Amino acid sequence: MTTPLEGYVGIDTLTEQIRKKALRQGFEFNVMVVGSAGLGKSTLVNTIFKSKVSRRQPEEDYHTPSTVEIKTISHVIEEKGILLKLSVTDTPGFGDQVDNTNCWQPIMRHVNEQYEKYLNEEISIKRRKRIPDTRVHCCIYFIPPSGHSLRLVDIEVMKRLVEIVNVIPVIAKSDSLTLEERERFKATIQQQLIEHNIRVYPDLENLDVDDETERQRNLKLKERLPFAIVGSSTTHQVGSKAVLGRKAGWGVIEVENDAHCEFNHLRNMIIRTNLQDLKEVTAQVHYELYRHRRLETLKKVPLDSVGSTPSSPSYDITNSEPNHKKVANTPKLGETGKAIAASQKEVVEALSESKI
Amino acid sequence: EAAGDYNGSVDEGMRTLNLSGHVGFDSLPDQLVNKATNQGFCFNILCIGETGLGKSTLMNTLFNTNFENEPQHHNMPGVKLKANTYELQESNVRLKLTIVDSVGFGDQINKEESFKPVVEYINQQFENYLQEELKICRSLFSYHDTRIHACLYFISPTGHGLKSLDLKTMKNLDNKVNIIPVIAKADIVSKGELHKFKIKIMNELVTNGVQIYQFPTDDETVAEVNASMNTHLPFAVVGSTEEIKLGNKMVKARQYPWGTVQVENENHCDFVKLREMLVRVNMEDLREKTHTKHYELYRRSKLTEMGFIDDNDGGKNFSLQEVYESKRNDHLNELQRKEDEMRQMFVLRVKDKEGELKKSEKELHDKFDKLKKMHMEEKKKLEEKKKSLQDEITGFEKKRQQAETL
Repeated sequence: MTTPLEGYVGIDTLTEQIRKKALRQGFEFNVMVVGSAGLGKSTLVNTIFKSKVSRRQPEEDYHTPSTVEIKTISHVIEEKGILLKLSVTDTPGFGDQVDNTNCWQPIMRHVNEQYEKYLNEEISIKRRKRIPDTRVHCCIYFIPPSGHSLRLVDIEVMKRLVEIVNVIPVIAKSDSLTLEERERFKATIQQQLIEHNIRVYPDLENLDVDDETERQRNLKLKERLPFAIVGSSTTHQVGSKAVLGRKAGWGVIEVENDAHCEFNHLRNMIIRTNLQDLKEVTAQVHYELYRHRRLETLKKVPLDSVGSTPSSPSYDITNSEPNHKKVANTPKLGETGKAIAASQKEVVEALSESKI
Repeated sequence: EAAGDYNGSVDEGMRTLNLSGHVGFDSLPDQLVNKATNQGFCFNILCIGETGLGKSTLMNTLFNTNFENEPQHHNMPGVKLKANTYELQESNVRLKLTIVDSVGFGDQINKEESFKPVVEYINQQFENYLQEELKICRSLFSYHDTRIHACLYFISPTGHGLKSLDLKTMKNLDNKVNIIPVIAKADIVSKGELHKFKIKIMNELVTNGVQIYQFPTDDETVAEVNASMNTHLPFAVVGSTEEIKLGNKMVKARQYPWGTVQVENENHCDFVKLREMLVRVNMEDLREKTHTKHYELYRRSKLTEMGFIDDNDGGKNFSLQEVYESKRNDHLNELQRKEDEMRQMFVLRVKDKEGELKKSEKELHDKFDKLKKMHMEEKKKLEEKKKSLQDEITGFEKKRQQAETL
């Protein structure tokens, strides 16, 4: 029930005030890329952000790390007066070992470590005005373009990652697939994701149901997943234009051409439409879940196993809460209330017993 | 704060990169604003001032609406805080506005304790937020924030300076809330006196170390206007919801025989300045300062008072929630225990009273029996007496008859 205003007050200037504040403070965004070596992770990040954010490993020096490493590099980029602190976490060595059992553990440990850091700061007595946010907002998972189906390791890793972070799967180096092969591949992958209950981003249950346009847009995006992408930082001449692309003997694959690949969709989703949402889902859903588990157990749980096994008891928390945002609060005074009611009953009984 | 400098850590290897094309994150502010707008906003104002200073009228004038508050009378036994929440909307911005009024402030003979309910109220809102923040299962993002973002302190237009009640109250509030002092019913004070009055007030505030809210000057787009407004504090305000026709317009004004005071005329009073600062320029900053400065201070001292310290190991603080909860449970158990005690005492007293009543009932019965017995005996005696009298009468009659027949 709104109280009617009889004239202009100026409440609507709040949006402008918030915008100004945001511009002053700047933004931050943390991306993680997960995939085997040579799938074009660094190139993709560089293509999205149109700058040398990641340094590609030169082929001569390349050596397979003996374990999965986690490497984070941060940069500040600026566009039209807006400052963005971008951190990219790479995972060299992932999926490259002979035995890839538990290759997800270092990744999960890294994600959980960031939550842990944030939680530590949040819980301190003396805490900073703005808690530095190193939590991973978005994890891009690179699927090799086999054309068949997800590999076992893909399923195992994604299954665990979606529990703790926003995962966006992409088909890497998709220029090796024809359009029909690509569609078939996607259909198989989508089916496998449903089969294994792997909830990739955007997860419609975490969405604000209020905004219908946003909901529609996210539904469409979801249907397109995983995005078939091609990355490149080199430009070539096509006709009269200079385009970003890969030159092959049979033509130029244009990165930003929707007929060639789905790079634009990925880029638009991550940067132009869903960046804020990615951050909010991380903060309000994944982080809260982590915090909940952490405070509840209060024991030192090994950080790489939190939420790792689908059958572990902590998993039940995920299953029983379909919408994390709306988790009900246990009324702490319910007990006292009941006790008061009971005692009142007692007194009444005592009085009635002793009726003269 | 630019994105690059955080209080504390500056990452190594962080350099500014040049973009070779349009990336598109210039839509970020829009994304942020959209999300915030969808969620709606909260703003809470506390009005402190003596009864009759026009607090309610000013709120009505400020927000162009009639907030339905009956004028309070002057004989309140103590200070009470009354909060009312209203849903306002302007274009796509929804605002949950809570106006808290200090009822009975300054009406008592002894005003030593007047500020205390106000401090308690402010602390209680901080406490509620803190408890929500510390919950294991929390919904901080949909929490209705009731913390006071702005405290309008209404100064009586005496023209002489601050009253000691004013100083005492503001001194107790300045580290808990953003104080914006206003001179109420400023149409009483003449222009010349007003200037002196303002200077006197500001001097007294400075001398007594009262920290009032300063409009921020770190954003260059508003720094100038904010800095200028800071020099006009305290704002001399006049409120009115009545409209008078001036020329061909209807304006909010107060009409006197000697002239008309127009509320929105900056030559007549500072109402426009107040509205500009409070609503149109600094509302967001007021909210932010409440959260990052006043609330943090409360939180820090509350937690320290409860015995928590920052253990750099990090391990100890995880039990923050647990210990806080257990202390709270202790408190609740204590209350429960007291309640049980009271209940038991009550039952005992009832039984005692019952016993007493039974005793006196018995006594009454005994008395009654005794009386009855006495009554019976009396009756018997009387009967006997009656009988003996009757016998006497009969005897006498007999004798008379005998005497008559002789």
